[in-house]
Amino acid sequence: MENRIGVFVCHCGINIATTVDVKAVVAAIKDYPGVVHAEDYIYMCSDPGQGMIQERIRKKSLNGVVVASCSPTLHEVTFRNTVARVGINPYRCEIANIREHCSWVHSDRAEATVKAIKIVKTVIEKVKLNEELTPIAIPITKRALVIGGGIAGIQAALDTANAGYEVILVEKQPSIGGHMIQLSETFPTLDCSQCILTPKMVEVGHHPQIRLYTYSEVEEVSGYVGNFKVRIRKKKRWVDFDKCIGCGICMEKCPVEVPSEFEEGLAKRKAIYIPFPQAVPAKPVIDAAHCLWFQTGKCRICEKLCPTGAIDYEQQEEIIEEEVGAIVVATGYDLYGMENIGEYGGGRYQDVINGLQFERLLSASGPTQGVVRRPSDGKVPKRVAFISCVGSRDPELHKPYCSKVCCMYLTKHAMLYKHRVPDGEAIVFYIDIRSDGKGYEEFVQRAQEEDHVTYIRGKVSKIYENNGELVIMAADTLSGKPLEVSCDLVVLGMAIVPSPGVEELIRKLKIQVDTNGFLTEAHPKLRPVETLTPGIFLAGCGQAPRDIPDTVAQASGAASKALEMFGQEQLHHDPAVATVNEDICSGCGLCVPLCPYEAREIEVIKGKRIAVVNEVLCEGCGSCVAACPSGAAQQRNLQDSQLFRMSEAVTIK
Amino acid sequence: MRIPYYPGCTLKTTAKNFEDSAIAALKVLNVELVELKRWNCCGTVYSLASDDLMHKLAPVRNLIRVREEDGSKVLTLCSMCYNTLKQANLFFREDKEASEKMNEFMYRERDYEGDVEVLHILGFLRDEIGFDQIAKKVKRKLAGLKVAPYYGCLLLRPGEAAIDDPENPSVFEDLFESLGVQTVDFPYRNECCGAYQTVDQVDLVAERTRKMINLARSIGANILATSCPLCQFNLETRQKDVKGKWTDFEEMPVVYFTQILGAALGVGREDLGFELNLFNPSELIYGE
Amino acid sequence: MQELIDKVAELSGQNLYGCYQCGKCSGGCPSVWQMDILPNEVIRLVQTKRVDDALNSKTIWICASCFTCTVRCPRGIDLAKIMEALRQIHLRRNVDHIDIKKVAQGEINELPPIALVGNFRKQTA
Repeated sequence: MENRIGVFVCHCGINIATTVDVKAVVAAIKDYPGVVHAEDYIYMCSDPGQGMIQERIRKKSLNGVVVASCSPTLHEVTFRNTVARVGINPYRCEIANIREHCSWVHSDRAEATVKAIKIVKTVIEKVKLNEELTPIAIPITKRALVIGGGIAGIQAALDTANAGYEVILVEKQPSIGGHMIQLSETFPTLDCSQCILTPKMVEVGHHPQIRLYTYSEVEEVSGYVGNFKVRIRKKKRWVDFDKCIGCGICMEKCPVEVPSEFEEGLAKRKAIYIPFPQAVPAKPVIDAAHCLWFQTGKCRICEKLCPTGAIDYEQQEEIIEEEVGAIVVATGYDLYGMENIGEYGGGRYQDVINGLQFERLLSASGPTQGVVRRPSDGKVPKRVAFISCVGSRDPELHKPYCSKVCCMYLTKHAMLYKHRVPDGEAIVFYIDIRSDGKGYEEFVQRAQEEDHVTYIRGKVSKIYENNGELVIMAADTLSGKPLEVSCDLVVLGMAIVPSPGVEELIRKLKIQVDTNGFLTEAHPKLRPVETLTPGIFLAGCGQAPRDIPDTVAQASGAASKALEMFGQEQLHHDPAVATVNEDICSGCGLCVPLCPYEAREIEVIKGKRIAVVNEVLCEGCGSCVAACPSGAAQQRNLQDSQLFRMSEAVTIK
Repeated sequence: MRIPYYPGCTLKTTAKNFEDSAIAALKVLNVELVELKRWNCCGTVYSLASDDLMHKLAPVRNLIRVREEDGSKVLTLCSMCYNTLKQANLFFREDKEASEKMNEFMYRERDYEGDVEVLHILGFLRDEIGFDQIAKKVKRKLAGLKVAPYYGCLLLRPGEAAIDDPENPSVFEDLFESLGVQTVDFPYRNECCGAYQTVDQVDLVAERTRKMINLARSIGANILATSCPLCQFNLETRQKDVKGKWTDFEEMPVVYFTQILGAALGVGREDLGFELNLFNPSELIYGE
Repeated sequence: MQELIDKVAELSGQNLYGCYQCGKCSGGCPSVWQMDILPNEVIRLVQTKRVDDALNSKTIWICASCFTCTVRCPRGIDLAKIMEALRQIHLRRNVDHIDIKKVAQGEINELPPIALVGNFRKQTA
C-alpha cells in the first residue's frame, strides 16, 4: 500500500503557536516522503478543524493521518473517531504531541520549532508502518461492585440498582451510612442528616438488586474490565444474622462498655453492639477485642439471653466470590489526628474536640441529646471557638491542600451553637472563608448578620488549658492586634485525609493515589470519575475532600459510567497490544514476572514452552517487549521496525 | 564515663551553681565532666544572617578544641551555648562552601570537618544514661516539690537543633518522673523569657516573668526548674522588679534542674550552690 | 526599593512571597504585646515595597529570636531570619540601636554575661 499521509498541525490557540512556528512546521513537512498534504489550523479538535481533516481525506485520498497537537491522552480518541467516520482505519491515525512534549516545556521559539518538526517526522514514520487493526471484543458481566457504604457508595449503588443491574455493596463497618450519618444537620439548608440519609440506607437494605455485605472487606480482585473476580471477606461477627431478630436484649445486658466509634469517643457502647439505633443492618456484632468471653473465657451472657440462639462463638470467617463488570471505589475520609497538632494540645485537652465530635454534641440522638455540653465536666459552654485550617493549607508541617468543607461546617457549627445557647458567644478563627457552593455565601452571611457569630481573621497559634478554661493565643490580622481569648470549648476543623487502609486496597485494585493519598482520577477535568484502570470508577472523599452535594453528584457520575458500560453488548479493548512470534520465543519466561497486568504466562504448545499474551489484560505498556532477549515479543503498531525508522528520521540526515 | 565538657562564660560567673550542681549530680551517675583545656565564648546568639560567617567562627573554634583533645562529643549545660554550638555545627556540615571558607580563614587551626556531636545534658541523661538508670540511684524523696518545668526556647527551637518535640516536649517531665518528683502541666514551658532584652527592656521581661510565675502558681507549682542561666536570671531576679510594681505578687524560687537532680540523688545541699539562688530553695527541696 | 527587598531576601534566605498572612506567627509571639506592628505585618510591608516602614518599626528590635514563629509557620518561612535581616540592614549602616553606655549601669555585675553579649550582638553595629 502506497502511503498517502496527511499532516494537520494545531495551534491550540496560543498554547502551541506562541512557542512553535506552526507555519514553519507545515513548510518543513509538506514535501516529506509519504506526505501528500500538510496544513495548520487554530483549533484542530473543533468542529471546523475535524471537518477540514475529513474533507482533505476524501479529496486527497489519504490513507494515514498525523495530527500534531496535544497529548494523545487528551484527543487521540477524538481524532481516531474523526478519521474513522470517513472510512480510514482509526489505527492509521496518530498524534504527534507538540504541546506537552514541546511548546509547554520550552521557551526558545526557534529550537522548539526544530524539535516540533522532529516529533512530527517520527510520527509520520510510525504511521507509514501502522497496520489496520480491529479492537478486541470483551464480554461484560453486568453487575457492579461498590466499595464503601457512605453517602457516595449508597448513591452509586442505588443509581446502578435502580437502572436494573445487580450491585454488590461492601462496607467494612457494621453499618452503612459512613460519616454523613454522624452529622447533625447539614449546610446550607440545615436538613437533618438522619432525615435525609436513613431512607436511602433503608432502601439499600431492602433493594432486590443490592447485595449488602457489611463488616466485610475486599480481599482480592483479579480479572479486568467487564470481567472482574472479587473475593470478599466477611469478618467474624459471632452473630448468626439469619437467626437474629434484632431485639437488642444482648446489648442491654452485656457488662462491657467501650468508647463508641460512632459517638467519636464521647459515649460508650457495649462489646456486642449496633453502632447506632438506625443502623442498616440493625443486627449486632461482637467486638472480640473487648468481649469478656473472648478475653477472659467468662460471661456468655448474651448467648444465655438470646431468644433465638443467634450468638455463635464458633462462627468462622466467610469468603465470598463474586463476578462483576465494574467497580466503584467510594472509600471516604477520616479526620487528621489532633495528636499531630502539638501547639493545640496534641489531643491532651478534653475540651478541644474535632468537628465530628461537635456534630455528635449537636445531634438530637447524640450523647447529650443535642444539648451542647463540654466533655470534661458536662458544663454548657458559654464561649466556643471554632478554628479552621487545622492541618490544612500547611505544606510545611501537615497537609498542603484545602479540605474544602471546614469553612462551611464550622459556620454551621457556630450557627447551631448559637441556636442552642443564645446567650453564648461563638468565635470562628479563619484565614479565608471559602463558601463557593450554591447558597453557601448566603449561609455565612446569615451566621454573621442573624446569629452574630464573630469571625476573626487569624490562624490560632497556641491553645493551652488554665484552670478549666482554654486560652487561645492568636492575632486579629484585620485590626493588627494580638488576642488572648479564654473559651470553654474549642472545635478544631481538622484536615480531611483519606480513610486508613486505602493504600492496601489500591494495590489490590491496581489503581493509584496521589502524594496525599487521595485516589487519582484519569483526567482532572475530562475524566474525573474514572481511574486509569478501565472499569474502575471513583466517588466521594476518597478522591479529594468534598461536600455532600458534590459527593452525590460524583457518585451518580460514577454510576452512569458503569451504566454506560452495561448498556453495551460487549466492550472493546485497544488492539495495540503485545504479540509473540512463536517461532522465535524460547520460553525463557523473563516477561512473565515483569508484566504489571499479569497478562503474560507460559504455555506449552506442541511440546514447546511459549510465553503467551492475554490480549484483554495487556495494556500495551511495552515492558515485555523491552525485556525480551530474542525479539519475539513485539507490540502492534510499535514494532521494532517502526522504532528504528522513527529514530532514523531524526538522527540520520 | 568521662565526657568532654564545654562550660561557657556564664557557668563560670553568675551560674556557678548550675555547674557545681551538674558536676555533683553527674558524679553520682559515674559521669566525669572533662572541661576543655582551652575554650572561648560560644558567640552567645547564633548568627542568623546568611552572609555572616564571622560570628560563626567562635562556636566552631570551640568544636576544633574538642577535636584537638580527640573528642567526638561535647557536653553543654547552658541552653544558649548548646544552641549556638549545635546550630553552628549543623551549618558547617551542610554548607560546604562556607565551611571551606571558614577553615581557610582559621588557617592557624587544624581543619574542622563538622564531626563533633554537640550534646545538651538533658539529652545526654535521657539517651546515654537512661532515666530508668537514674531512677535506680534516687536516694531522697523530694515530696514537697511541685515543679513547673521550663524549657525556654533554645532546647526546642529551631527544629533542627531541638532535643525534643518543640510543641510537646517531655524530657523534663520524664526526668522528674524518674526522680519521683511531681510536675505540673505548665503551658508556658516553651515560651520565651525575653532573653537578652533584660538588659535594656526590664519592664518587658518583668511583665513576662509576672505572667509566667502567676500561671505556674495558679496551677499548683511551688518551684520552677530550667537549664538556661538567662532564663533563670529573668524568671527569678526579675521577680524583684515585679514585686516593686505589684506588691501582692507572690515570689517563687527558680532553680537549675540539676539542683533538684542532685538533691534527689543524695548530694548534700552544701554542694548544690543554693547560696547563689535569689530565693534559696533548699528548705523547700529538702523538706525542712 | 527593590534593592532593599532583595537584600532582605538575601540576608534571610527566605522567600517573602510565600507568606499568606495567616498571622500564626503573630498569635504565638511572646513579645507581640510590646510590638508596634504585628510580625506578619513586617513581612507584609516588605512584600508590598514598604521596607522603610518595616525598618522603622519597634517590632524588629523587640523580637529576641525565640523561633516560635519559625517552628509554626505553615509556609515554612523563617521569620526570625527576616527580623534579623532587617536589623542587620539597620546596623550595617553603622548605627547602634542602643547606647551601651546608658544601659544596665546599676546591674552590670548582676547580669549574666550571656545577657550582655547577646544584647550587644543583636543591637549594636
